[in-house]
Amino acid sequence: MRWHCKKSGFLHEIKKNRVLYLMAVPGMLVTFLMSYIPMSGIILAFKNYRYDMGIFGSPWAANFGFDNFRFFFISGSGFRVSVNTILYNLLNTAVSQVLSITVALLLCEMKKKWFKRVSQSVIFLPYFISWTIVGAFVYNMFDSRKGWFNHMLTALGGEPVDMYLIPWVWVIVICFFNAWKWVGYGSVIYIAAIMGIDVECYEAANLDGASVTQKIRYITLPGIKNTIVIILLLNLGRILRGDFQMFYQIIGNNGQLFRMTDVIDTFVFRSLINSADLSMTAAAAFYQSFFCFIIIVTVNSLIKRFEPDYALF
Amino acid sequence: MKKPASNGQTLFNLISYTFLTLLSIVCLAPFIMLISGSFTDEEAIAYYGYSLWPQKFSIAAYRMLFRFPRDIIRSYGVSVFVTVSGTLLGLFIISMTAYVIGRKDVKYRNKISFYFYFVTLFNGGLVATYIAMVRYYNLKNSYIALILPLLMNAFYLIVMRSFLSSLPVSLAESAKMDGAGNFAIYSKIILPLSKPALATVGLFIALDYWNDWYNAMLFISTPEKYPLQYVLYSMLSTAEALSRISAQSRIPIQGQPRESIKLAMACIATGPIILLYPFVQKFFIRGITIGAVKG
Repeated sequence: MRWHCKKSGFLHEIKKNRVLYLMAVPGMLVTFLMSYIPMSGIILAFKNYRYDMGIFGSPWAANFGFDNFRFFFISGSGFRVSVNTILYNLLNTAVSQVLSITVALLLCEMKKKWFKRVSQSVIFLPYFISWTIVGAFVYNMFDSRKGWFNHMLTALGGEPVDMYLIPWVWVIVICFFNAWKWVGYGSVIYIAAIMGIDVECYEAANLDGASVTQKIRYITLPGIKNTIVIILLLNLGRILRGDFQMFYQIIGNNGQLFRMTDVIDTFVFRSLINSADLSMTAAAAFYQSFFCFIIIVTVNSLIKRFEPDYALF
Repeated sequence: MKKPASNGQTLFNLISYTFLTLLSIVCLAPFIMLISGSFTDEEAIAYYGYSLWPQKFSIAAYRMLFRFPRDIIRSYGVSVFVTVSGTLLGLFIISMTAYVIGRKDVKYRNKISFYFYFVTLFNGGLVATYIAMVRYYNLKNSYIALILPLLMNAFYLIVMRSFLSSLPVSLAESAKMDGAGNFAIYSKIILPLSKPALATVGLFIALDYWNDWYNAMLFISTPEKYPLQYVLYSMLSTAEALSRISAQSRIPIQGQPRESIKLAMACIATGPIILLYPFVQKFFIRGITIGAVKG
């Protein structure tokens, strides 16, 4: 049994720390069930799924299994939902990050303690609210007959409009609620970054008589550049992912709006619920996951080469 | 030494106060409209629509919800049960895992961390997850389907690990000298010392469970097992759910507040969060700060 006890061996390590490894098992098991086993379902994207034959028994799709991907794009949905997803992510990231950084800068410069505390609490509150409640807000504001918005319009002497017939309005609504929900959260991150800046820099600047805007421009912004880059990278890594809960609660099943509001995640969900082509749906999900993965790994390795400090992993 | 404010400073203050005040109003406005809508008389809604302030005050919606609140109380029960059990179980699993991957003498700790991190980069997608949950684990209409998906989270694992790594290593070492096993060190020494960490991560997990309606939509089809958020969602989106409540209330259809009741339900579902918010806010800020620095 000598070979068993080699000092650096795998079995030796497991045996030595067996209790510790056992303690990691529950978490690993949950992740295995919820994430790794479904990964094997990727194979579905390359098959013609038949309910009676299960995932592994179903026959392979045509074109070396790539027929589902072809169909996803040829049907027209693939291109449309991809473009929508990317554009929404760019817009939402830009708006919410600019607002988050602004709020963080202003809060950090704020002298009045009570004002700082109250406004930060209020701006952070939406993070705690579920998207279902946002669904209630949308009903409350934009319902075509009873909504607050039309009530305002008529009170101001305008004609009531049915918002559910005008797709572009919902781009603004989605962008608004996304920022509403995340600006508080984002500003907490940036405030943490600003707190990390050396106080001496500000003291020196004060001695030199620098103005507030100069301090922000030459000390604070360069000081949080690192954080900004990392947040943008994380968002870039999710550029093909849509926040399903947000889109679904705001838009729901309003078919007229899909042209401008359908993202990959809502498309996949609807296909699953309608039990439409499951293989094509799986292909859409795989394409999404695959490209997100490629993007984040590529960007990260590029950064590692040029600016190792900014790398995510 | 107090210097008189320069012109630039005054302008900056003016912009700062205006901007933050406006943003705060925008953040609060939807809540005010929601609350005011829930207290508006049904005829006023039909005639004027919703407005910032009730045209005609009425508590009919709340009266109807609380008259025969079987569905509401049951869904509150489901939400509380799922939140409490999910949070306790999740905290146990996450803190234990975080402790293991934080121990320097565990040789494969980086491999284990990567095992958890990888799933945030790549996943099998909704269809495969759904098929696994329903066909292979047979969890359709099971409370486990509401608990399992939110149990493990790489972000919370990172937050927890950096909390634990701030504890002095010497504690574990001296306990080891005294002959304590690794699990005993974790449960008797590490856990009691990391109460602030447990509170922070626990609140994040609890919020996830309380606000979850997505897993209920996917996996639960019997109305008796709906959590609160999903009852609200189905009231907003289908007439059927509303009919259930209205049948239970035994109020004649004409007199029922069928519109404002949706908003009243939203207020009831958010109430606990708004009430707890002032007390728990600081834990969340600390958690996000740690996650931002280490993550």
